[in-house]
Amino acid sequence: MLLIPCPHCGERPEIEFTYGGEAHLVRPADPSTLDDAAWADYLYMRSNTKGVHAERWRHARGCGRFFNALRDTTTDQFLASYRIGEPKPAIPTGDPR
Amino acid sequence: MSKQRFSALSLFRRALGGHRSWEPQWRKSEPQPAYDVVIVGGGGHGLGAAYYLAAEHRVGRIAVVEKGWIGGGNTGRNTTIIRSNYLFAESAALYDHSVKLWEGLSQVLNYNVMFSQRGVMMLAHTVHDVQVFKRHVHANRCSGVDNEWLTPEEAKAFCPPLNIDPDIRYPVLGAALQRRGGTARHDAVAWGYARAASELGVDIIENCEVTGIRRDAQGRVEGLETTRGSIRAGKVGVSAAGNTSAVLALAGVRLPLESYPLQALVSEPVKPIFPCVAMSNTIHAYVSQSDKGELVIGAGTDAYTSYTQRGALHINMHTLDAICELFPMFRRMRMMRNWGGIVDVTPDRSPIIAKTPVPGLYVNCGWGTGGFKATPGSAHLFAWTIAHDEPHPINAPFTIERFRDGHLIDEAAAAAVAH
Ligand SMILES: Cc1cc2nc3c(=O)[nH]c(=O)nc-3n(C[C@H](O)[C@H](O)[C@H](O)COP(=O)(O)OP(=O)(O)OC[C@H]3O[C@@H](n4cnc5c(N)ncnc54)[C@H](O)[C@@H]3O)c2cc1C
Ligand SMILES: [Zn+2]
Repeated sequence: MLLIPCPHCGERPEIEFTYGGEAHLVRPADPSTLDDAAWADYLYMRSNTKGVHAERWRHARGCGRFFNALRDTTTDQFLASYRIGEPKPAIPTGDPR
Repeated sequence: MSKQRFSALSLFRRALGGHRSWEPQWRKSEPQPAYDVVIVGGGGHGLGAAYYLAAEHRVGRIAVVEKGWIGGGNTGRNTTIIRSNYLFAESAALYDHSVKLWEGLSQVLNYNVMFSQRGVMMLAHTVHDVQVFKRHVHANRCSGVDNEWLTPEEAKAFCPPLNIDPDIRYPVLGAALQRRGGTARHDAVAWGYARAASELGVDIIENCEVTGIRRDAQGRVEGLETTRGSIRAGKVGVSAAGNTSAVLALAGVRLPLESYPLQALVSEPVKPIFPCVAMSNTIHAYVSQSDKGELVIGAGTDAYTSYTQRGALHINMHTLDAICELFPMFRRMRMMRNWGGIVDVTPDRSPIIAKTPVPGLYVNCGWGTGGFKATPGSAHLFAWTIAHDEPHPINAPFTIERFRDGHLIDEAAAAAVAH
């Protein structure tokens, strides 16, 4: 089980959280002006990164808040977590392992 | 290499010689400079596609490149449940094409894949499950696919270890049974296809990871970069399961896929006690007994995307809680091993077997938690699609563009479980 760093509460066990998928996908302001390919891209296409992945989590059984995190999907190690609205931090350098 | 046919007589003769005369079942090849078709991924789907390309289509020189060892991905990690009772006509046709190929596969390959049609029973625990499964039974009947409804008592008669007490946490309200469903030996499928493909001249290249996809000035695929050097290729078919997004990103293609860990575990071996395959989508518990005697148990996916090939213990605990309640006689069994694979999941939980926007590049992916059952069918149709540069009618609906055009084949909604 992962230990997940909530930026509000600190590290907590994974079962307190729900996963929210890829972060920073911005809903188009006016979907009716998009063509089908652009709308499908927003709805369905995912980067599915092998490496450092920016993703949303919700501390559902804790403070209840959403936040973003950077996690290396080849090791599952968390590299950073940050509050909604804050910019994506620079990827820490050096081998995270 | 001379093909050593398997028969009762050949086994008996070699037994007299102490089984010392067997030769390797397939050639281990060095990469050649160029092939007409290269398949990326030496799982059952990739090896099978190479076999059907060689056996049924004249496409010249063929290679399979595999970053590890063949069958070391999800093919060797899955719980081998085979069935075809999916809701939509497109899916039922696709999966039943596969079941029909399974039925003759050991003979066609001259390799025992241990296909056992012991019946797959899907348990219903809620009123909603009952309605959904009955809808499946009726839809399957219209598609000519066998699937029947069992009362709890009939389910227990078919699978005596089942607990049908009405007061348990997940009571059994009935079940959908596909008698033609069952299991097969996972490794044998990879080895059988590898052996048959090798015999037809296919090069099987292990420990060879694809690290780049080369394209010509018109954008057409012209070759691959690998950890064992450059390989020119007329066509490239990618069958890389959980790693598909990473491979296709090498050609700039984005896909509607997310890769999740999926876990399984096996118990200590015991005498034959479990006659069928039982599965519960609602509580993510899947169980059968291998010919070696182990219970083979599948769990649900982990919550987050990952490429680690491992998952969290609490996922397995949830499944074991359910198994112990449904089959109380397993409560004191010991679990021996546990592992994970990485499954590539589409938004509608249906696969993609299709051309990509890049000419000469084809993809077979999105099988998620349930593509072992499809191995022969998927391989057969992928080979067709590569050879003809257009899909076979059975896989024509399973394109990438269905997400743009709104023609989803929504088995996710059909199964109506939280995935
Ligand atoms: C725990 C678990 C239980 C499952 N249970 C069932 C079940 O009961 N029934 C069912 O139908 N399905 C089940 N599945 C799903 C099933 O295993 C898969 O859908 C199916 O085996 C996929 O086959 P494949 O040949 O496409 O993939 P794989 O066997 O994973 O083959 C893909 C290959 O591609 C290779 N590869 C990846 N990247 C590269 C690269 N860059 N270069 C070269 N090679 C590369 C990998 O090493 C791998 O060997 C389960 C899966 C898991 C993990
Ligand atoms: Zn919190």
